[in-house]
Amino acid sequence: MTRDRRLSWINGLLLPLFNVLTAFLATAVVFILINVNPIEATKILIYGAFGYEEGIGYTLYYTTNFIFTGLAVAVAFHAGLFNIGGEGQAYIGGLGTALVALYIDPTLSAWLIIPLGIFGGLLFGAMWAIIPAYLQAYRGSHIVITTIMFNFLASALMVYLLVHVLREMGQMSPQSKDFPDSAWIPFVHEVFAGMGIKIAQSPLNLSIFIALIFSALVWFFLWHTRWGFAIRATGKSNDAAVYSGINPKKIIVVTMCISGALAGLVGINELMGVQHRLLLDFNYGYGFGGIAVALMGRNHPIGIIIAALLFGILYQGGMDLAFEMQNVSRHIIVVMQGLVILFCGGLEYLYRPILIRFLAPIET
Amino acid sequence: MAKSNIAIELTDVDKHFGAVHANDKVSLSVKTGTIHGIVGENGAGKSTLMSILYGFYQADSGQIKVFDKEFRATSSKQSIEAGIGMVHQHFMFVDNFTVLENVILGSEGGALISESLGKARIELTRLAKEYGLEVELDVAVEELSVGMQQRVEILKGLYKGAKVLILDEPTGVLTPQESDELFRIFEALKNQGVTIILITHKLREIMDITDHVSVMRAGKMVAHRETNKTNPEELAELMIGRKVLLNIEKSKANIGKPVLVAKNLEIDNEQGLKRVSNVSFEARSGEILGIAGVTGNGQGTLLKALAGILPISNGSIEIMGETINSKNPLNPQQLRNLGVAHVPEDRQRMGMISDFTASETALLGYHNDKNINHGVWLKRSSVKANCESIMEAFDVRPTNPDLKSSNFSGGNQQKLILAREFERDPEVLIIGQPTRGVDIGAIEFIRKRIIDMRDAGKAIILISVELEEIMSISDRIIVMCDGEITGTVDASDADEATLGMMMANALISQEKSNEAQL
Repeated sequence: MTRDRRLSWINGLLLPLFNVLTAFLATAVVFILINVNPIEATKILIYGAFGYEEGIGYTLYYTTNFIFTGLAVAVAFHAGLFNIGGEGQAYIGGLGTALVALYIDPTLSAWLIIPLGIFGGLLFGAMWAIIPAYLQAYRGSHIVITTIMFNFLASALMVYLLVHVLREMGQMSPQSKDFPDSAWIPFVHEVFAGMGIKIAQSPLNLSIFIALIFSALVWFFLWHTRWGFAIRATGKSNDAAVYSGINPKKIIVVTMCISGALAGLVGINELMGVQHRLLLDFNYGYGFGGIAVALMGRNHPIGIIIAALLFGILYQGGMDLAFEMQNVSRHIIVVMQGLVILFCGGLEYLYRPILIRFLAPIET
Repeated sequence: MAKSNIAIELTDVDKHFGAVHANDKVSLSVKTGTIHGIVGENGAGKSTLMSILYGFYQADSGQIKVFDKEFRATSSKQSIEAGIGMVHQHFMFVDNFTVLENVILGSEGGALISESLGKARIELTRLAKEYGLEVELDVAVEELSVGMQQRVEILKGLYKGAKVLILDEPTGVLTPQESDELFRIFEALKNQGVTIILITHKLREIMDITDHVSVMRAGKMVAHRETNKTNPEELAELMIGRKVLLNIEKSKANIGKPVLVAKNLEIDNEQGLKRVSNVSFEARSGEILGIAGVTGNGQGTLLKALAGILPISNGSIEIMGETINSKNPLNPQQLRNLGVAHVPEDRQRMGMISDFTASETALLGYHNDKNINHGVWLKRSSVKANCESIMEAFDVRPTNPDLKSSNFSGGNQQKLILAREFERDPEVLIIGQPTRGVDIGAIEFIRKRIIDMRDAGKAIILISVELEEIMSISDRIIVMCDGEITGTVDASDADEATLGMMMANALISQEKSNEAQL
């Protein structure tokens, strides 16, 4: 194996692996500090995520959301943009999906309604990202600041819409009426039942395949089209992009639209897949989780799928853990997530010098 | 013990950077009160050796003596204490501090600064008198000309007690007149007993000013000569280990019709400052038009405007029958489609993307080409094949399209960029600094290729900081100073003195206006 190859293995696989392991070790220390046996806790966590059919279903259902937001952050990152607004884009994207589901003729085929719902999510997510993108490209406002602010705007807007506009008549809680059946994405347990296989009920639905399809599309787009090339060139060197005749301002706007659109697909899984109505905070935490997923997955779709799965495990296993152990609160998930971000993002290259010295020393 | 007359003595100094053997058992002895030149190609190990002497790096093995004392610096502070001063290629200033403040930087003394400022003022006035280095002390450094800034750097070294001054490529940013002034200062310093080590790749300077010269090649010291017993041809041969054509032979230009006509151009740079005004010229097919000038006199801005990177604010450019003006700008992509190729001045930041593979760097600017795109699919195999073929055409080594661009040497990176631009058979070539940071072997190759393009009937516009390069390959030379054209000469009539006068035009007129004010 050449040294270049070894280096790419170190960067692509070993580093994230070591970083995640370090995050887990740190989590173990946290467990010890709150008088929880970390081995015991790990057992519960893994059992919660994988030990029974329903748990697996939940794990994969969370994974689906993280794939969408992870892809969103990664695409923006390739253009050198840090999209913190996945949270808001997912929220507004869900609104687009819900509007299609609520106002379309319910007698139409699901084969038409669901793609339109996807389109609604993509469109609204993109529209929510286009304003910060425009402000960054043409007015010099920093995208990190504007996208964060747009998360709050999205939140306020959705509360208003759900309380005053979309709330079902005679209903106290701020949520829309149910979507028609034709706008429901089938649950995986239903599909299996249709084939005569009985598995436990869970929120896992066919959206996970949509997530996998979009992962492949993102991979093809970034590395095998001229537009992806333009985005990556801009992210690496603005000067070189200008030199090549690429307009970085346009790239910023287009990339953020794609990023926002991908985040906007969270609503497909959450609303068309599980809740079957529009409600508050269905997006909660997935936008920010996507940042960690993209960081850990090194902005590559395959890495993102793996990282999203890990976060799915933490989410589902963590919930079970909080349920089983009295000293552990639900917020342990946030702690673990934070440690993963710290070691995969902030201390990304912690082990690089050591790994290089042992595995890919400079040949003399 | 009687003092010997050796200022610096290096014995078998060895230094590795990973796989790179930067200094391979280098020995050197520099006599007190002489000017000692060190020449070598880029990457020959000159800078590493000097950095060891200045305490930036530590040698792996070997012995260093400074004024007969064993010396092993781990920081520049120790070197300064031992009497070594260094003037870097890029000056180390706090730009908005005054000369005086810059000089005492690092030796401020106590908590209150006024005392050391006062002391420094007296000392500097004395030094300036002694060595003929007059500089105004209370002016901000940023307001001084480059030549003056260099004087401040030298003063800084002397103020800190340097008896040995190391200068790294000191004339790269100077006009010929300023260089001559600098050499006069060298003589004065030498007469006062200061030892000067001059690192350069300009053989003319070595011949003009030094007493001794040492040649480095691939980390080794290959020869020591007394300057008056050698000649440029021998030195060049020693530097690259074989004979080179310093003057490239070229046939007479077969000049055709104008293909690029610039009229009264006015261009602002990225910061919105007007850097080019009232510039008009023609570039004709089959001709190399050289644009000479001291760095920062508008040539770079002009180049970017010609390539479509900067908009023009006034005037017009006609290229291949298209007219470009402030109302009808063309972007680099549109210009490429018209047949304009551009080799940018800033290779690292503009010409390539260091993190990209060679094949991706070879795609920059041409990623929309039909022959590599099949509908939406950017065909990797075509991209690679294309890169392989241009690599072969320009002898880029290693011939590996998948290697990261940053892993190629400077010369090979430049060849890759030139190959990318030349191999598309453009009509107009805009070339900035084709051989900056490129070793001599590659320089020869690149210059020949440029002349080949000329002979193929292309119009070539060439910008270079190397006057020697402009003079040796251009057919016609225009000189820019302060954003304007200060002269146009036929290359056959050009000599350094006249070009130098034209390049310094602004300095002269500025002095005149200053006198008028007085």
